[in-house]
Amino acid sequence: MSVEKNELNPNNPFLPEPARIVRMYPLTDDVKFFQVRIADMEKALAFKYCVGQFAMLSVLGAGEAPFSISSTPSRPGLLEFCIRKAGTVTEALFKLKENDLIGIRGPYGNGFPVEKIKGKDVLIVMGGLGVAPLRSVLLYCLDNRDQFRRVILLHGAKKPSEMIFREEFLDLKQREDLECYLAVDEDDTKEWKENVGVVTTLFPKINDINPENTFSLVCGPPVMYKFVLKELVKLNIPKDQILMTLERRMKCGVGKCGHCAIDYIYTCLDGPVFTYWDIIHMRELI
Amino acid sequence: MRVIKLSKENLFPFLEVISEKTGLWAPVRKPNSGHVFKEIDDFAQIDLDYTRTILPPKKIFLPPSFNMFKASKNNYEEDFSHVSPKILFGIHPCDIHGLLIMDRFYSYVFDDPYYSKARDNTLILGHSCWPDENCLCKSTNTHIVEEGYDLFFTDLKDSYLVWIGSSKGDDLIRVKAELFDENIAEKDIQNFIQWREERDEAFQTEINFSAMPDLMELKYNDTLWEKLGDACLACGSCTNVCPTCNCYNVHDKPALGEDSSQIVRCWDACTLENYSEVAGGENFRKKRSDRLKLWYTHKLQAYISKYGKPSCVGCGRCIATCPVDINVKTVAHTLDGDKVDSFWNRFHEEVRK
Ligand code: SF4
Ligand code: SF4
Ligand code: FES
Repeated sequence: MSVEKNELNPNNPFLPEPARIVRMYPLTDDVKFFQVRIADMEKALAFKYCVGQFAMLSVLGAGEAPFSISSTPSRPGLLEFCIRKAGTVTEALFKLKENDLIGIRGPYGNGFPVEKIKGKDVLIVMGGLGVAPLRSVLLYCLDNRDQFRRVILLHGAKKPSEMIFREEFLDLKQREDLECYLAVDEDDTKEWKENVGVVTTLFPKINDINPENTFSLVCGPPVMYKFVLKELVKLNIPKDQILMTLERRMKCGVGKCGHCAIDYIYTCLDGPVFTYWDIIHMRELI
Repeated sequence: MRVIKLSKENLFPFLEVISEKTGLWAPVRKPNSGHVFKEIDDFAQIDLDYTRTILPPKKIFLPPSFNMFKASKNNYEEDFSHVSPKILFGIHPCDIHGLLIMDRFYSYVFDDPYYSKARDNTLILGHSCWPDENCLCKSTNTHIVEEGYDLFFTDLKDSYLVWIGSSKGDDLIRVKAELFDENIAEKDIQNFIQWREERDEAFQTEINFSAMPDLMELKYNDTLWEKLGDACLACGSCTNVCPTCNCYNVHDKPALGEDSSQIVRCWDACTLENYSEVAGGENFRKKRSDRLKLWYTHKLQAYISKYGKPSCVGCGRCIATCPVDINVKTVAHTLDGDKVDSFWNRFHEEVRK
């Protein structure tokens, strides 16, 4: 069991804690960035989480839904989420304004095994909303740059306008200590100076991968996994060093409602991060 | 553990004193439908001559629908109104095992206060039973209980042997100790042995439970699942009646014209169509056969990984309930290689028409 309990309300894990929206702005047509702060100052500062964990956000009258935390624990106090409009709760979130209150519970899930990854090369592959959990890892690695060896980022989107955190990632290209490659399937702006093609076309750009010493972290739309996994296996990265985070219909986050069950595991407790080996091993994972 | 004796005519007087200030729940016969656990106001309603209630006792701890919070703009007020001190009398061994599974489940990693508060407020007074053709508890090894009750009454025709399973149970006895007899005679022991032997022989249904985990694995892609999936009505009844099914959903119900909501928790079923839908409408288990596989993985193979053991307690409710005869008995027998001819024939004639 890798879940470390760090509940906001230890007597009732279902009790949402009021949190204020500090900033919100659109990232793409249907994705918005939310920065929130737990209203109770002491709880805000005591809130600890790991990269890759998620939280339940609630809007009065609309309900509750799970969201990956996109910020890094290395920058405490504020929590960030990037949220795609895709249902009742997200629609209600989109209608809110800065300074409005929402409810938050968490953090939940196992998160990425950061301690194991330390001292290794980190190859991050993301697409679409897969940035939500992986931005957390990326920022964490950059904030603790000396604890990791190479940090490589491959990011794919359909079009430049759909690349979530586009400006942030373009800025990161300036950094010497990050190998950052961005690609779009098609460039409809004629201003895109990076690569054009699916995310797997970025693989030839990275050289001298030392597979035994590499952890690869992958998250993106289901279609992406198949092709990316093939590339990673080609690079000889061991299956238990390929980590992916999966989406399920999590209703409670604490292993009670049953909605995230796969075979006989509960993704909210044993996931959402799984190794490629877990995925081969458990029939229903992808 | 201490065992004492209670003569039958002393049962109601005992229940009367202990339920003076605490709600007493017991099995009651409902005309034309079967037995239900109900709060008792008249002892004559209690009917101990029952095999299984329609719904398992889980409904007493987590009702089919209840409020978790009264919520307003910046305040969530906890609502534990479903919790009150109760005595649950007449619960059978399989259902006590069901509660033990729920106990572990609801306290695993995170404690669920809506369950644990209700559980802590309920005294469990078990009662022995006699199997019918659908009882599987001998195969699941849940036909006897060693823990999970405060008192347990074994019915030996003209008296009860009463097993005291907890210090709270001991307190109950002390309320009216003079009703009980501390001396168990040699004859009582002989009666008990005979009762056990006869009961063991009365079981008519057997499942080879130890083979199920391997067979579930080996037959994961068997066509049997498609057939069952075609027949399943996705009605969710099997889930509602199973004492170890725990899935639920949560709804935020806004009050009309006010800035407040009731946060309502209600039973859900993995056999229902929209169960595994994620935001955006993608459904990971659109096929009925896939949902049945999940159900039977939990019942016959393993529950959550850390629990490591099937979660069927052999109560037979799914057998008595499923309108198209999909249940642990038919599924387990089919996995085990039996054709269960009558089942499959009827299945093809009636259901697949
Ligand atoms: S699977 Fe059927 S027999 Fe087993 S505990 Fe559930 S309802 Fe009872
Ligand atoms: S298996 Fe039977 S009881 Fe369960 S959902 Fe299907 S038809 Fe209903
Ligand atoms: S989200 Fe409720 S059990 Fe996992």
